[in-house]
Amino acid sequence: MRSGGRTRRALMWVAVHATAVAVALMFLAPLVFIALTAVMSDRQALSDDLWPREWHFGNFVDVFSGDMVRWTVNSTVYAGLSTVFMLVSSVPVAYALARFRFRGRNVALVVVISAMMLPPQVTMVPLYIVWARLDLTGTLWPLIIPQLFGDAFSIFLLRQFLVTIPREYADAARVDGCGEFRTMLQVVLPMAKPALAAVALFQFFYCWNDYFRPLVYADPDHWTLAIGVATFRAAHEVEWNLTMAATLLTILPVLIVFFLAQRVFIQGVTLTGVKG
Amino acid sequence: MALGSLRLPFTGGTRTGTAAARARRRRRLRVLAFLSPWLAGFALFFAYPLAATIYFSFTRYNLFTLEYVGWDNYAYLLEDGQAWKAMRNTLWLVAVLVPLRLLFGLGVAQLLTRIKAGGGVLRSIFYLPYLIPPVSATVAFVFLMNPGTGPFPTILDRLGITLPDFFNEAAWAKPGLTLLGIWAVGDIMIIMLAALLNVPRSLYEAAAIDGAGAWSRFRHITLPTVSPVLAFCAVTGVIETLQYFTQAMVAGKVASGRADLPGTQYQPGYPGDSTLTFPQWLYDQGFRQFNMGYACVLALMMFAMAMVFTLFLLRQFKAFAGEEAS
Repeated sequence: MRSGGRTRRALMWVAVHATAVAVALMFLAPLVFIALTAVMSDRQALSDDLWPREWHFGNFVDVFSGDMVRWTVNSTVYAGLSTVFMLVSSVPVAYALARFRFRGRNVALVVVISAMMLPPQVTMVPLYIVWARLDLTGTLWPLIIPQLFGDAFSIFLLRQFLVTIPREYADAARVDGCGEFRTMLQVVLPMAKPALAAVALFQFFYCWNDYFRPLVYADPDHWTLAIGVATFRAAHEVEWNLTMAATLLTILPVLIVFFLAQRVFIQGVTLTGVKG
Repeated sequence: MALGSLRLPFTGGTRTGTAAARARRRRRLRVLAFLSPWLAGFALFFAYPLAATIYFSFTRYNLFTLEYVGWDNYAYLLEDGQAWKAMRNTLWLVAVLVPLRLLFGLGVAQLLTRIKAGGGVLRSIFYLPYLIPPVSATVAFVFLMNPGTGPFPTILDRLGITLPDFFNEAAWAKPGLTLLGIWAVGDIMIIMLAALLNVPRSLYEAAAIDGAGAWSRFRHITLPTVSPVLAFCAVTGVIETLQYFTQAMVAGKVASGRADLPGTQYQPGYPGDSTLTFPQWLYDQGFRQFNMGYACVLALMMFAMAMVFTLFLLRQFKAFAGEEAS
């Protein structure tokens, strides 16, 4: 009876781990095949061979030139500026929503959540008309400038973190004669570094990955990597090896940042969901 | 309590009264200063465009000439076959993609809670595909599934299994996109994992003493505890899927070999309108055909659908809107 229980538990252990490893392999397989195809010759990428016969690392050099460099610069500028602007504008708002007691605070929070849930397509047409009047369509400014006015998702996430910081710290600073803005900058924000890092990373990658909004606004001179990679196949006909090399180059920065800041990501995601 | 909120007359003129009033005004100004970016942003990028969308929905406007047409755009919606096709495709994805992602996310998370060794590495592997830029993931996926050249059909072919031509057959394109969505299940997995780890162990131990089986433990302990989180993921998942654009557009472009390059403009929906989602039709009408008035009608349809689900979500949030560390 007892030994039967132990065998059952051992079998269970094996089954659970085997399933987990099998699913993990299935999740990794696409990445492995992308990488393998990226270093094949163009002829071999069209065959049913799975392993590169010759290793063409030069594919990455071929791909990363001309257009691709410009797209990378555009993506970096778009994501970088958006992130800085978002932090400058959203932090004080989140701070006020978390710290101050005032009439209408709950209404304000409900509005933030509604804005977060509003599909960007809904307000796209009138905004496009405004940016067209300002003669900024064709560039990425219509996507960057609004970040100066607070981002609902970041405000919400930061607020969720800031309410967990005990009031005593800020109160002590205030007793010492510290103004509210300085209290925020010098006392509360240093304690909120993980949350700040999380929203900054989310914002950066949201822009880096964004496809719909740049597609609406940007002319070919202002294309981002996301738009460029989507047209790569059509421009390069059947050169799947180059297409996969380009794809891998867009994935790489994300992977590097993820491995460097894994904890930040996972804490951030958890913050959005679990409190619900 | 009621007395405290009563204003006593003739006390406003004393020194302490004005000082208090001044302090209150200062506090109010401070709140306004901190909130000012968002207040301006709310007016410029939320309230104004929403009102303008309603206004433009009664006009015919192509950025040059504006003409008031009353309910014409709404009447046209009723006979616009493409719009309803797009709506059906979007609802298909809501009905299939969202539940499958939830199921899979919960399943993988449940699996991870039982892993003793290497759990961290496995968690990273399951989360990773979610981080891959959707455009890149889609481009790669179409190639990987491409019959003849793609590794997956090749491998399964050697095992005697023939895969359908996912992104070139109208009947299989949406299931193909569903597979892609399941691959990127990392966000749900992480949230569910945190929720599962929050379930008190003592509950399981008590159930084990009562002799409850694995299924019964899951059904009566795990599920009730994580169901608020599950509901959160379901609602946000639905709202995200209503906006489903990128993967469908890119899959169609890559599979058809067309793109927005001179001479090869891509008409969304390949193959055979099967991947035409509602936001793509809005994009096509508004920003390619410049039927901006009609695009606003489509936008309002999306707004109505998203609003219904947002209200669900707000009901959930109400519980912690006032919560605060003391």
